Amino acid sequence: MAEERLSRRDFLLYAMGGWAVVGVGGVLYAMYKTWEPLPEVKAQATTKFDLSTVQPGEIKVVSWRGKPIFILRKSPDMVQCKDRSVKDEYTVVAGICTHLGCIPNWEPEKKTWHCPCHGGEYDACGKNIFGPPPRPLDVPPFKIEGNSIVLGEEGQEYKQMKEKGLTV
Amino acid sequence: MKFMDWLDERLAVRQLVKVMLTEYYVPKNINFLWSFGVLIMLVMAILFVSGIFLLMYYKPDANLAFDSVNKTIMMDVEYGWLFRHTHAVGASIMFLVLFIHMARGIYYGSYKAPREIVWITGYILFILMSATAFTGYLLPWGQMSYWAAQTITTLFEKIPFIGPDLVIWIRGNYIVEDATLTRFFALHVMLLPLLLAIFTAIHLYAVRIVGSNNEDGGELTKEDKKKGKGISFWPVFMAKEFFVMSVFLVFFFYLVFYQYKFAMDQINFIPADYLQTPHHIYPEWYFLAFYEVLRGFFFSQNLGLIAFLFSMFIVAFLPWLDTSPIKSGKHRPLYRIMFWIFVADFLFLTILGKLPATGLYAWLGFVGSIVFFIFFLALPIISRIEKKRLAGGM
Repeated sequence: MAEERLSRRDFLLYAMGGWAVVGVGGVLYAMYKTWEPLPEVKAQATTKFDLSTVQPGEIKVVSWRGKPIFILRKSPDMVQCKDRSVKDEYTVVAGICTHLGCIPNWEPEKKTWHCPCHGGEYDACGKNIFGPPPRPLDVPPFKIEGNSIVLGEEGQEYKQMKEKGLTV
Repeated sequence: MKFMDWLDERLAVRQLVKVMLTEYYVPKNINFLWSFGVLIMLVMAILFVSGIFLLMYYKPDANLAFDSVNKTIMMDVEYGWLFRHTHAVGASIMFLVLFIHMARGIYYGSYKAPREIVWITGYILFILMSATAFTGYLLPWGQMSYWAAQTITTLFEKIPFIGPDLVIWIRGNYIVEDATLTRFFALHVMLLPLLLAIFTAIHLYAVRIVGSNNEDGGELTKEDKKKGKGISFWPVFMAKEFFVMSVFLVFFFYLVFYQYKFAMDQINFIPADYLQTPHHIYPEWYFLAFYEVLRGFFFSQNLGLIAFLFSMFIVAFLPWLDTSPIKSGKHRPLYRIMFWIFVADFLFLTILGKLPATGLYAWLGFVGSIVFFIFFLALPIISRIEKKRLAGGM
């Protein structure tokens, strides 16, 4: 009799405990979800940009998902790199230092990007050449459509770069 | 008095006052460094009150925040500038009094048994205060605000597997944006102050149980208290404390009225621009030492991050790193040397943190970061030497 009463209590305890865990879990999940990016942020469209508007030696900054994308049309006196170039002469990289996310500044006379935060430097191909950055500037997903580049979609050229591990 | 009787029957207020104030004894062999705990409470009250008034005009919206601070509060609201300057200077000075309070605890061994809970809750309060300062710094939505938040949230990207997704989750966007501002605002004005209040209560309760430490590290027994070897917290201790508070407030309001610029970085008067990083960014002075440890390992980003986390967390483990039975640094020559090297190194790192991390500065930062950890790693060794000496009867 005593045993039975105990097990009934245990049952109620576990049932209530289990129910409470489900409730707390649900609440925590809902709280977690509230911090996710809003649909309008997630749905941020791709960005299309006409590459022919950039003169040789010139750099343009395009905003894609709130991130600056550097589009540099290299002049012949700059560092060359076949595998990291788009249409042979453009460097397309996310302008976010791979160290701590600051935006590097282009220094035309040195032909390098210099990060103001911790002194990292990248060459005209976006390769890290000095300081704390652990890797070159990332190449954003892109697709070539004639003279234009579409950021946010993975085209053939991007996939090739990605396979070689050059994008990240 | 009738009212007090009535209240006492219902809330036992007389007993409460005895336990908390009039029969809570503080040792006599303490110095002015023991006044900083109450000073922290004072600064906390100043921040709380000035914060409430700022809250009445501040607008947590990426499009409105900057002007609500720099136009509405600074130019339109009568005396709005006073509350802003008080809040900014208060945040800065909070860390000054916190550091002194902590350094006193370290020097005199106040973290040792039976005060581990006092130390741990104090450490949690320090972390909460840092989080409050960090979230609050974003609110004016200036360039420094923005890039400080951008840089520090990027740190989470380095966490294996979940890092990149976690950063987006924390920001609520791919970059620091409106969603980040509003959630930091909620944390800064609601959750963090609430946690600060709760942990302050536990901290003070714990001190009431184990009592204050003192210059020599001996403990007051119950008999000592009866013989008058201690002084009552109220009114005797607080009588002197009020004098210290007055002097402190003169200093504090001198800063608020005449030297507030040190707490208001010029770059932060440029509105946040997510496409332009300022040429030289640095945290507020109170985070510079930890920031320099992060940068100190300039050759490896991951090492720097690990060192940075370590530098913030290792402090919590002091009671278990230092197992020597001698409490006060006054009676520990070896410990005293290491302590002053540590303090000097902390100041050195603070100065370096503001300088660009290139060339010689990068190497000095590395050396300084290593020295920072030597203090903690030396504690178990010093403890062993002291234990041996005690066993040898020296």
